[in-house]
Amino acid sequence: MSAIPTKPLTRNITRGEIPLDIASYERADGYVAVRDTLGKVDPAAIVQMITDSGLGGCGGGGFPTGRKWQLMPTRAQRPGPRYFVVNADEMEPGTFKDRLLLEGDPHQMIEGIILSAYAVQADVAFIFVRGEYVTAIERLNIAIAQAAAAGLLGANIFGSGYNLSIQVHGGAGRYICGEETALLNSLEGKRAIPRSKPPFPQINGLWGCPTIVNNVETVCNVPHIVRYGTDWYRGLGANGAVGTKIYGVSGRVNRPGTFELPMGTSMRAMIDDCAGGMKDGYRLRAVLPGGASTGFLPEDQMDVPMTFADMAKRGTRLGTGTAIVLDDRTCPVGFIANLQQFFARESCGWCAPCRDGLPWVERTLKSIETGTGVARDLDILTEMTDNLGPGRTFCALAPGAMASLQSGLKYFGDVFRQHIDSRACPWT
Amino acid sequence: MSIVDRQSPLDGTERAAIADLIAHYPTARAAAIDALKYVQKRRRYVADNTLQEVAHLLGLSAAELDEVATFYNLIYRKPVGERVILLCDSITCWMTGRDALARHIEQTIGIKSGETSADDRFTLLPIVCLGHCDHAPAMMVGDVLHGDVDTAKLDEILHIKGDDAR
Ligand SMILES: Cc1cc2nc3c(=O)[nH]c(=O)nc-3n(C[C@H](O)[C@H](O)[C@H](O)COP(=O)(O)O)c2cc1C
Ligand code: SF4
Ligand code: FES
Repeated sequence: MSAIPTKPLTRNITRGEIPLDIASYERADGYVAVRDTLGKVDPAAIVQMITDSGLGGCGGGGFPTGRKWQLMPTRAQRPGPRYFVVNADEMEPGTFKDRLLLEGDPHQMIEGIILSAYAVQADVAFIFVRGEYVTAIERLNIAIAQAAAAGLLGANIFGSGYNLSIQVHGGAGRYICGEETALLNSLEGKRAIPRSKPPFPQINGLWGCPTIVNNVETVCNVPHIVRYGTDWYRGLGANGAVGTKIYGVSGRVNRPGTFELPMGTSMRAMIDDCAGGMKDGYRLRAVLPGGASTGFLPEDQMDVPMTFADMAKRGTRLGTGTAIVLDDRTCPVGFIANLQQFFARESCGWCAPCRDGLPWVERTLKSIETGTGVARDLDILTEMTDNLGPGRTFCALAPGAMASLQSGLKYFGDVFRQHIDSRACPWT
Repeated sequence: MSIVDRQSPLDGTERAAIADLIAHYPTARAAAIDALKYVQKRRRYVADNTLQEVAHLLGLSAAELDEVATFYNLIYRKPVGERVILLCDSITCWMTGRDALARHIEQTIGIKSGETSADDRFTLLPIVCLGHCDHAPAMMVGDVLHGDVDTAKLDEILHIKGDDAR
């Protein structure tokens, strides 16, 4: 065994370089876990291992991956096709971590899929990649061809009796494709409109068959957990959390980028130590911890560990773990208006509160921003955060949109009122 | 891939390629997006008659396929220019000056968001976060991603300066 990594997800990634080919990847301890597992380890034992590791979904929710897998009926319970789907849609504004993994180490993605699909006994896997990720799609296809040529994919892999094919599906744009049931509709060649849950995809997924949908980063963790064990994995975390996380930050910091750090690292450590702090002349005002669907974390809470649980305690979410900094030279109302413009445009239109409500929110914010807002607008916006909140719409897009608005009204109420009273934006 | 006449009937190569795409999935319909993207790559956009022919190959009515085609941002049902500029308008790019880039494009090429230049060379469209926020502002021109874009870089990428067309 080569050296046990402390940054497993990015150990093979060198920025600006082409990724490892299969030979180099195997020399770096790659595909060892596949060779040691297929036909040798009971798939249920892999599921148990992932459960024990504490791995949580990196698509934004943190749902325990092992538990998700356990909900899939067994082959005996449900004969017929079974699917494993990787969610590589990554369109959440401010999020750029899956691109790194897909472009930087495509074989890690493929190895993760082989082990995950084996664990749930799926025989066909799809990687749903947003269409704009042209380079990622190319590199994945090369890696798949190399893995197939090496006998790691196909029928009866290493004489194990297990079959697996992997297909890359390039999307055609629309944020809602990232919602897992909308993604399944899109893969089936339909409009990407979410499906009602239950039934969950594990029971009725692609073409009605049992299907697991996991995020890119989630799946990329799997080979390392299988290879180096759950104790090792759990030991990687900080502040009570497990594993590592690809965090990131964009906005007016000195070195925007992605950083693989112990899960549970504080926001301040990431921004100050990894990203070099704020640019000269800019002060941090608040951050969205993990993409456009997360609520503001104000500047006095930068020491909070970046975990799903700790962020929830502060009334926000870890989301994708790639933070967006709101600085003091950017108007908070304009910032939130831009986020709402995104959500209004990307609403799939299926349910009325979201389809009609979001454009209303966007217009109201833009009128406040440009100095034509009235006091009653604040009541309307507050009402909207309730009307479009959790449980009021068909999927989580609209509640995600409300996160920044609700927390923005709370933390920047004075700024909203200033716009209305002075009939202008103080920042322009 | 050479550009075929945008409204001509599908040729043998195209029909074979679509049949091949269909073979990748358990149902023909699942190849709808791949097929639309494929014909669009050759014809820049999906004309009505193209849509009808593709629908037929997929075993769908034209209306069923149009329902799909019109849902997705990257399928163009109207003509676009030779090079489509996808300028990110999500949060980090907005903060770091994408609106100034849009204004620069308007001043130099004369197109606003959603428009195609009179010489048919460029179409400007807004796009959701390109996952390149650490190099904001970002944009794609055709299949190529560009980051840390400023007006000078924009001119260079679009070959706005100089008399040599593109
Ligand atoms: C509107 C919306 C967009 C989403 N976009 C993505 C996405 O781009 N990538 C992703 O992995 N998950 C996305 N999700 C979450 C998925 O629905 C799903 O929870 C996730 O893929 C599950 O994988 P995980 O358990 O590995 O996190 C989105 C959810 C919603 C409601
Ligand atoms: S909440 Fe919005 S995105 Fe989700 S189903 Fe309703 S209309 Fe579509
Ligand atoms: S916000 Fe423009 S690339 Fe992410």
